[in-house]
Amino acid sequence: MRDQRLWTWHVAAGLVVLVTLALHMAIMHLDALLGLFNPAGGHPIDWANVAARSRQGFFLVSYVVLLGAALFHGLYGLRTILHELGPGPALRRGVDVTLLAGGGVLFVFGAWAAWAAFALARTV
Amino acid sequence: MLDTKGYPNRLGLRGWVGGGRWGLERYLYTLHRLTGLGLLVYFLLHIIVTSARAFGAAAWDASMARVTGPVFVAGEYLVFAAFVFHAANGVRLALVELGWAIGRPIEPVYPYRTSVDEQRPLAVGVLIVAALLAVVGGLDFFVLH
Repeated sequence: MRDQRLWTWHVAAGLVVLVTLALHMAIMHLDALLGLFNPAGGHPIDWANVAARSRQGFFLVSYVVLLGAALFHGLYGLRTILHELGPGPALRRGVDVTLLAGGGVLFVFGAWAAWAAFALARTV
Repeated sequence: MLDTKGYPNRLGLRGWVGGGRWGLERYLYTLHRLTGLGLLVYFLLHIIVTSARAFGAAAWDASMARVTGPVFVAGEYLVFAAFVFHAANGVRLALVELGWAIGRPIEPVYPYRTSVDEQRPLAVGVLIVAALLAVVGGLDFFVLH
């Protein structure tokens, strides 16, 4: 029952990633064709463009939503693959704890970076 | 989902990499997992590399300078291509999981029909969409830049 619920969340998170990551890919990698959200021109990773996006609340929220959804979707997918290899109960528990802790740390770190960039870009 | 019902996974890694004669969808399953693992590895590193933006322009430029060059461009294109396949195939999997695009239930009357026949156009469509998006991406990555 618990795995069924987690699987449903995995699918739902995948749909969130589909939308937010498609937007991210379009901005960062289809810039010559679409030119979205790069107000300074040039390359999307030029600091002027990064700062311009970072200071917008929309990008702060969408980055954090993408971060959380992608971490859950990716790490739950990895958990499924590792569990299918047939580890014993102790190792399964170790995999679960490691992925949960690692995902939590990366989420906090990534969300902090998005918030710090937002605050920094607001001051310049 | 993960309950093995007491049966050991004797094939291990070979069990999900090799699809034998199980058809196109079985190989899409393998490719979905491979692209998913590749995207996950890239994503975890991406979180760390792009966190440099929190420290200002100099830190950001120094961080980006470490990941430039043709090898990284080719690697990023692979990530883009993996994403478009994983996304398109993920939509197919979600549709099939919800019972859509697999046809209506029918009486099991000989000659039997398989729902794979109903699903196959969707699988082919996924490959066409992913290939088209990969070509568009390739145009932006390698021609227009």
